Amino acid sequence: MKYYLSTKFKIEYLLFLSACFLIVRCSDTSEVYKLGKNEKISPGKINNAIHEEIAVTPPPFSDGVFPCNDCHAFRKPSPVRRKLEWHEDITDMFNHDSENRWCLDCHDLVKRDSLRLASGKLLDFKESYKLCGQCHGDKLRDWKVGVHGKRTGEWNGKKQYYLCVSCHNPHSPKFKSIKPEAPPFREDESIK
Amino acid sequence: MKKPVNYSGRRNFLKNLSLFAVGSIALSGCGSATMKEFLQKNFRTLSKKEKDDIIKDLEKKYTARYGKEFHVTDEPAADGVEFGYALDLSRCIGCRRCVYACVKENNQSRDPQIHYIQVLQMEKEKGIDFAHSDVHYNPDLVPEEGYFYVPVQCQQCRNPQCTEVCPVKATWQEPDGIVVVDYNWCIGCRYCMAACPYGARHFNWGEPHIPAEEINPETHYLGNRPRMKGVVEKCTFCLKRVRDGKYPACVEVCPVGARKFGNLLDPESEIRYILANKRVLVLKQELNTQPKFYYFFGV
Repeated sequence: MKYYLSTKFKIEYLLFLSACFLIVRCSDTSEVYKLGKNEKISPGKINNAIHEEIAVTPPPFSDGVFPCNDCHAFRKPSPVRRKLEWHEDITDMFNHDSENRWCLDCHDLVKRDSLRLASGKLLDFKESYKLCGQCHGDKLRDWKVGVHGKRTGEWNGKKQYYLCVSCHNPHSPKFKSIKPEAPPFREDESIK
Repeated sequence: MKKPVNYSGRRNFLKNLSLFAVGSIALSGCGSATMKEFLQKNFRTLSKKEKDDIIKDLEKKYTARYGKEFHVTDEPAADGVEFGYALDLSRCIGCRRCVYACVKENNQSRDPQIHYIQVLQMEKEKGIDFAHSDVHYNPDLVPEEGYFYVPVQCQQCRNPQCTEVCPVKATWQEPDGIVVVDYNWCIGCRYCMAACPYGARHFNWGEPHIPAEEINPETHYLGNRPRMKGVVEKCTFCLKRVRDGKYPACVEVCPVGARKFGNLLDPESEIRYILANKRVLVLKQELNTQPKFYYFFGV
């Protein structure tokens, strides 16, 4: 037996669905509303918030090091794991699971201006966070929502993301100690 | 016959004396601006026009004093906003960058010194223990082995005791949750400082000194405008900046990204993510002050 929905029934069905949707939405916002103590708050505005994030900080290359192909185009690529004769500054500081990893775990052998995921997929340096996220997945997740790392800009609008490599040197990622600013005066010093 | 005692002589004398006193105050050098300021009402009872007048006078006064064009706003709280703050204790390295970014943004007195943010160094073995914390630590490099750091500033309580005790209602909680002070109405009794369990309020014991080249001329009436001797001041989450939509100065300067700020009523905000997903604590929870300043462990 064939069963067709009549047009009228369809409209009623749609109305019912939208009513359900509205009820769900309202109960959601009322929950949000409970958080605030002040009577003036109108929860309607909450959903107008613009959540826009742009990674505008370029990767912090040292001077003259990029594009890599300026030099590497003239050198024969070798996949053999070894101590490099070049890039002493990097090999000297390298401290990022250095027993088990070396250059070609992140850099591509042939396409020198790209990074390389474990899957073999090539990656622009601007997307380096995806490479870091292969191992540090929990940090990547927190970074995406703005909890790990730093954002500047507007709390409710345009923000600027910093890449992982803006704070962590990818070849030696541990944070370096820094000099603290001056301590406050002792109380007897500050009252004159 | 006895002559009746004439009291009117004495009465007239006193009347004339008081008239003379009032007249001499009005005519003396203190000027109409000071008189106007003296007679100014509580900020919350002022009309739009009165506020605009006061702000115009203040801008003129500050511009003359610091030789820079000053802006003072009275931007009110936006609807649907309640500010919250979170600080990642697992990241803070105690470098005090936030302390001085705050001083600069909020025009705190350099001498006598006022800091809204106190960074407390605590021993990892003792945990959060105010009695054994140190605010004057000064090694060559931070962080130091075996220590962690707890920056403390106004906790922007939902249940603020400082506003309760103010005898003249010169301090109150704004609709977006920020506790502010009307410096012109404050009488300097410091009850609020006694009531605050976090030591977050600071008194101007002397006339504040800020070098003219370091003054921040973008100010809010209830926030970072220059203060005077004898009034209490405090962190306002950088009222001027956050009501313009920007992050507070301490958030922007933190070199390790330990400081997070946002709208508690926005389910998509960083702050709500932290409350939902991280291990969070507030200071002195047992006092029921209900801070909107949360500490969390990001790792």
